[in-house]
Amino acid sequence: MTMLSDRQQLSYIAAQAADARLNVELETEGMTLNIGPQHPATHGTLRIIARLDGEQVVWAEPSCGYMHRGYEKLAEVRTYPQVTTLVNRIDWLGSFANEVPFILAAEQLMEVEAPPRAQWIRTILFELSRIANVSLFLGDLGVQMGAITPVFMAFRDREYVLNLIEGATGGRFHPNFDRIGGLKDDLPAGWVDETRQVMRKLRNFCDEIEDLLFGNEIFQSRMRGIGVIPADVARQYGLSGANLRAAGVDWDLRRDQEIALAYDQVDFKVWTHPDGDCFARCWVRLQETREATKIVDQLLDGLPPGPIMAKVPRIIKVPAGEAWVSTENPLGEMGYYVVSQGDLGPFRVKIRSASFNNISVVPWVLRGVYVPDIITILASLYFILGDIDR
Amino acid sequence: MPSRSSSVVVRLSETPDSGETAVAALPGDGLREAIVDTLRAALGEQLIDSHLIPTTDLWVRVHRDAWLRTAEVLKGAGFDYFCFLSAIDWMPSPWGRGEDDPNEPPPERSTELQWGYTGGETRFQLLARLNDVDRHVAVTIKADLPDDDLVVQSWVSVFAGANWHERETAEMFGIDFAGHPDLRNMYLPGDFEGHPLRKDFPLLARMVKPWPGIVDVEQMPTADDDETAPGPSADESTGDTAS
Repeated sequence: MTMLSDRQQLSYIAAQAADARLNVELETEGMTLNIGPQHPATHGTLRIIARLDGEQVVWAEPSCGYMHRGYEKLAEVRTYPQVTTLVNRIDWLGSFANEVPFILAAEQLMEVEAPPRAQWIRTILFELSRIANVSLFLGDLGVQMGAITPVFMAFRDREYVLNLIEGATGGRFHPNFDRIGGLKDDLPAGWVDETRQVMRKLRNFCDEIEDLLFGNEIFQSRMRGIGVIPADVARQYGLSGANLRAAGVDWDLRRDQEIALAYDQVDFKVWTHPDGDCFARCWVRLQETREATKIVDQLLDGLPPGPIMAKVPRIIKVPAGEAWVSTENPLGEMGYYVVSQGDLGPFRVKIRSASFNNISVVPWVLRGVYVPDIITILASLYFILGDIDR
Repeated sequence: MPSRSSSVVVRLSETPDSGETAVAALPGDGLREAIVDTLRAALGEQLIDSHLIPTTDLWVRVHRDAWLRTAEVLKGAGFDYFCFLSAIDWMPSPWGRGEDDPNEPPPERSTELQWGYTGGETRFQLLARLNDVDRHVAVTIKADLPDDDLVVQSWVSVFAGANWHERETAEMFGIDFAGHPDLRNMYLPGDFEGHPLRKDFPLLARMVKPWPGIVDVEQMPTADDDETAPGPSADESTGDTAS
């Protein structure tokens, strides 16, 4: 925990020296600042305890557990199809993406593969979850900096995506649509054309956000060079998703693993940024949203016909074994370690959620920053409380 | 409205820089076997077993004393991405899935420990996973912990990110991590008694009232009588339990 980047060390020493000079006349007093559990900047029930020296954070520690629901324990008393209902609620802004790795893990153990059409629709819905999730992040980002407008645009445009998800699955937030061996239903009539139109709208939204926020001088000065997480630290803490790619690590589980989804059928770019600061993290997410709309468009073009459900028994018993499947969720690497002993339900499920690792770097990155930057850094790391506490 | 031609899908193969960032090929099993060899050379007898599912994944089981050394060796071998750390309690739950009918005598349950890949010797097994994000390969590491001495060396000195994972494992399984800077509870209150993810910790929601599924009128179909209609006996049992 003693790793500090040069920049952090220098800023800390400089501040200490400045304080020491000031202390001749002006005594600065340490104080403990408590942010949360109910605070708009934590968007949820995360509590940050920060010890300050003047305006500078000396030590900070997030306090989790206000929303711990014990899904790992609950999954042990449920059957495999019932578990998707639970895991829907982990990252509640991109619920469908939570179901996919669990179902894939169960399918891997059962040696079942979903038919191509189901895999393609899964991938489409997966990317739609990403768009719904990250577009809200892009709008919310402005609010954290004091810009109100973007969040209205984000809620407006996310609504189109949620309508699509609702149209296909019946649920706006918790689809519970993925099944072992395929999907619950096929796509409704007219859905494909509507999706194409919405993807155009979302690309316009990305352009608007880019003009409004990312080109904004105030936004950049609040973001650039703040909260730098170098690549080696990011790897040690297991940061994933845009947080890792913004540190210059080119790793995306959509591309870098063999998985029963249709990502190998589309052409897409994995965006990285060398800076590792708040701006880089947000910028990578913006590019990824745009990229996701293009992935959806390509998938819609090549959507294969055929069944959406493989042949699976009515009562699903998963053979004994262990499987790890992780996917590139909107927040980062989301994985399930499923241990089966040939029963109706899993013996043990370890849920590796992205936000838990992403937020564990907070004590390191907050050391030596100023109070207003806490909000910026938390916003750019982007976490969902349900994804931390599970 | 911005006048960008954003509605046109740009095929990424046409972008000029797509050629220079060549993506590494997905790992073969040769690479996975090489990792096992590296570990065997470094740990010797303390690498107990390994399990490879071709083109899918790799498991290794090491001796508890080599837990920290394994992390150091793997980090040196390029596995510098910390994925997760947790544990498994291999004891079968004394309550099954918590769906027993309270009016029936409790069913006989096997208490035999049945381990997964790479086997096991004790009830508690550590479980961790490290990735090599450049070569796109990962390894799952296991280690047995004796019941009377649930202590293992902390990984925090090698992977700072193990800090929170070890705190979570400590409170959920009661495993002590020697050398951890701050092993406070992560989720539970500080004075909470018991370790919730141990199999002998009851899930209270299933204990305080009978599982509603046991009075379900529809019988679960079995493999051979798929067409059997729900029998009247199920309805009777509903009445019994309700009274």
